[in-house]
Amino acid sequence: MIPAQFDYVRAGSLGEAVQELAADEDAKVLAGGQSLLPLLRLRLAYPSKLVDVGRLPELTGVHDRGDHVFIGAMATHDEVMRSGVVNADCPLVALTTTKVADPAVRHRGTFGGSLAHCDPAGDLPAVVLALEGVFVTRSPEGEREIPAAEFFVDYLESALRPGEILVGVRIPKLGAGWGYHYEKFHRTAQSWAIVGVAAAVKRSNGAIEEARIGLTNMGPTPVRARAVETALRGVQLGDQVRQACEEAAADTSPPSDLHAQPDYRRHLARVLTHRAILNAAGSP
Amino acid sequence: MTEVGKARKRKEDARLLTGRTQWTDNLRQPGMLHVMFLRSPMAHARITGVDVSAARDLPGVVAAFSGQDFAAEQGSLPCAWPVSEDIVIPDHPPMAVSEVRYVGEAVACVVATDRYLAADALEAIEVDYEPLPAVLDMNEALAPDSPKVHEAGNQAFTVKITSGDVEAAFRDAPVVIDRTYIQQRLIPSAMEPRSVLATTDGDSFTLWSATQIPHVLRVMLAVVTGIPEHKIRVIAPDVGGGFGSKLQVTAEEVLCLLLTKRLGKPVKWTESRSEGNLTVHHGRDQIQHLRLAAEADGRIRGLQVELLADMGAYLMLVTPGVPLLGASMFNGIYKMDAYEFGCTGVFTTKMPTDAYRGAGRPEATYGIERMMDELAAELRLDPLEVRRRNWIKHEEFPFTTISGLTYDSGNYEAATDKAMALFGYDKLRAEQADRRDRGDPVQLGIGVSTFTEMCGLAPSRMLGAANYGAGGWEHGSVRMLPTGKVEVVTGSSPHGQGHVTAWSQITSDALGVPFEDITVLHGDTAIAPRGMDTYGSRSLTVGGIAVLKACDKVKDKARKLASHMLECSPDDLDFAEGVFKVKGTDSQKSIQELAYAAFTAHDLPEGVEARLDSDATFDPENYSFPHGTHLCAVEVDTETGMAKIRSYVAVDDVGKVVNPLIVEGQIHGGIAQGVAQALYEEAVYDAEGNLLTTTMADYLLPTAMDLPDFVTDRTETPATSNPLGAKGVGEAGTIASTPAVVNAIVDALRPRGVHDIQMPCTPERIWRALR
Repeated sequence: MIPAQFDYVRAGSLGEAVQELAADEDAKVLAGGQSLLPLLRLRLAYPSKLVDVGRLPELTGVHDRGDHVFIGAMATHDEVMRSGVVNADCPLVALTTTKVADPAVRHRGTFGGSLAHCDPAGDLPAVVLALEGVFVTRSPEGEREIPAAEFFVDYLESALRPGEILVGVRIPKLGAGWGYHYEKFHRTAQSWAIVGVAAAVKRSNGAIEEARIGLTNMGPTPVRARAVETALRGVQLGDQVRQACEEAAADTSPPSDLHAQPDYRRHLARVLTHRAILNAAGSP
Repeated sequence: MTEVGKARKRKEDARLLTGRTQWTDNLRQPGMLHVMFLRSPMAHARITGVDVSAARDLPGVVAAFSGQDFAAEQGSLPCAWPVSEDIVIPDHPPMAVSEVRYVGEAVACVVATDRYLAADALEAIEVDYEPLPAVLDMNEALAPDSPKVHEAGNQAFTVKITSGDVEAAFRDAPVVIDRTYIQQRLIPSAMEPRSVLATTDGDSFTLWSATQIPHVLRVMLAVVTGIPEHKIRVIAPDVGGGFGSKLQVTAEEVLCLLLTKRLGKPVKWTESRSEGNLTVHHGRDQIQHLRLAAEADGRIRGLQVELLADMGAYLMLVTPGVPLLGASMFNGIYKMDAYEFGCTGVFTTKMPTDAYRGAGRPEATYGIERMMDELAAELRLDPLEVRRRNWIKHEEFPFTTISGLTYDSGNYEAATDKAMALFGYDKLRAEQADRRDRGDPVQLGIGVSTFTEMCGLAPSRMLGAANYGAGGWEHGSVRMLPTGKVEVVTGSSPHGQGHVTAWSQITSDALGVPFEDITVLHGDTAIAPRGMDTYGSRSLTVGGIAVLKACDKVKDKARKLASHMLECSPDDLDFAEGVFKVKGTDSQKSIQELAYAAFTAHDLPEGVEARLDSDATFDPENYSFPHGTHLCAVEVDTETGMAKIRSYVAVDDVGKVVNPLIVEGQIHGGIAQGVAQALYEEAVYDAEGNLLTTTMADYLLPTAMDLPDFVTDRTETPATSNPLGAKGVGEAGTIASTPAVVNAIVDALRPRGVHDIQMPCTPERIWRALR
């Protein structure tokens, strides 16, 4: 559990961080270190240099920007889950963040870090995907915006280019009438989700007007359960919801690992999506 | 109030909790070097070449060695328990020389000025392997055409024990239950990783190790390395848990000693968690084939046990003895006419197994307690009723069981009645029926475990009869200091149990000195030269009694001195609360005054030496037999397969309790560890013999967040095998809880045709069983 040798630089500004990264394609960004350090210690990653972005003001804090909330990449999970504006306007983010790992990890780990790591077993990617967040980045070419649907490219692979840093994520406020839920299925409190379902549901006149569903650990990237979203449109709560949720595993390619085989994960996606929708539809 | 029985907070804890600790890895020696081991990535391979020269050339590297470099002096790691005539004990070089037999086996090492440089240098070592076939499945390993782990074949030993007429018991039996259970492989996960520091002054050697057994280790290091025993001092400083995993003589201990000998400098090695998962000896790993014959009313006629026990690649300190510790426990608390136990030890290309909390007894208890539930289900009886019809009644003690042990005391009725009341047994059964009727997707199951175990390892004559290589006594000494304070020296080497507190309580009562005036020394062969160390729930029942007996001798000496000073016959003295008083007078001497008088020696009677101290060795006549009734209610979500413990009641009878707080802690931790086997933990090797569960992301340990509140209570039936009446508590919770949880899960699912779920009972396994 001893990492190989690497250089370390603490960036004094966002510009400097971008320069450092652009100058060395084997350099990696160090945020909260909750994913990167285990990879280093297990010698699964051999970066030449770690660029510490821990003290850059551009990356910190949670900001109310009218129609959206801007969550800085370096905001810790603990900050996010305690943030008034996140709880008020992006409650699905707040709720899900409380279910990330444990208090120690939540104090160190960052919102941006866990998204940029692109682990499909992470809880937040499915949430940001469902909420259609927008990733704001900085590179030597300037600032760029990447929609969530394009950000998660493959297993542990984001749309970030070499030399590009995640600055933060815009989470659109859903407004009134939406309920939300994150259904996390895991064997111990500290273990990764075998499957997770993030759901936001808008109801009007007793029926579901719109549903957004993101699935955790059902493929190499987080996935939207589009078939269920479509099937739920205009549906009254009842048997039809269960039926719609039968589509939850459509177009997914869940992994096979020590904790579950793909057929079981597909089954769980269906059961948990139903539970998440019912919960979301029932919450104010 | 006496000290014994008080819920004293532990003397150890303020220091441990505030980090003022002496873990081996915290220790430093001038000029200390750091050792890292290169470990085999192959489950089975011939080593055709090891080149350490590139590593030697790296900055900071002082030395690098292959197994070949130590072939002449490293010896063979010991196995102290040849359990049968036919046993095969293969050579076990600490560093592999010509062949590796499990992933993680050490093949080379680097010694460097810091750990980081040593770790980097490992990557510069070149090893050529010629792959050999992995041997992973015990049944396949025993097939005649199986590839061999060792030249002599894959069978390590066979043992057969028969008592009564087994054939008659099964002939025309109205009920025969036939089941096969898997005891999955577990990884003991002590909080403190293993760590070794060795140093030499050129003549003698000191080795600090995170070990449970400094005394046994010293003897074994001498035997293995040829360094004379009197030139080796072993120190177990603060040790952060063991659960049996530190009851071992490890390759790393031997090699650190030899490295310091060769280099003349202190060397230290501390494992990482992943390294530990690979190379700390594993636990359990049995296939149990059980057959039980019973009458139509549920009374047991006979039990047949046939085990395959996975030894892994080598036999370590007590590897073959572990399944044998269960040989006389499969009959549990029940009466029967016939019993047969057979066990075959099997070599595979995996990490060796060895003692893990309970060692053989959890396996046996699981087997019989699962079978009792199966018998109850077959006969449509309540599982407690079928147990009641078979268990030894309290008036029948002492009772010699079918397997030949004599249970000295117990009261299974009392523990069970208490547990049922605390649990609300009848109410939960009613709720279960209701949920079944309603077809509730969340079903309720109730699991029962009425267990016993043998503790206080062990009467030396019994160990001798079992062909174990050492005795089971323990040593203690007690000395009054000139100022009236007391030093207790114990041969039991604690690693979290709270010996310092409990021994202070015993001594305080025995000598009438304040609890605060007593200190307890341990864990250093130069300070506590005699000991058999800590394992098998033996510390209090053997080591604590040795201290008690030493106190009695001190008291006798003090009485002699007091009678001289008070000019009376020793028989005329009453002793109470630390004071000798001449009967019917005010004339008295406190034990502190007597300690000072012994120190000054100005006026000692004939034959009394200038010291108020003594020592004693205690060797129990019999094991002790804690027992209890554990009841578990589990909710099983039949849609997802998730099983969640809703309530858990444990009523344990551990005999006389010295410190209820410590007992409570042992029961809580024990239950957690047993629940972990039932629901979470499993060491998994892939088809090539690679361990897949090398991190805690894959080897799941429960935390407080995953466990319910345990409701605990006790009955107290004193043991008759020691003067204190204590029975031991270190393993009880672990032994009892695993079958209680699995019985509950199976109970929840039985209407759906399920009669077993393989451990750990993961949601996926439960879901598949329900399809």
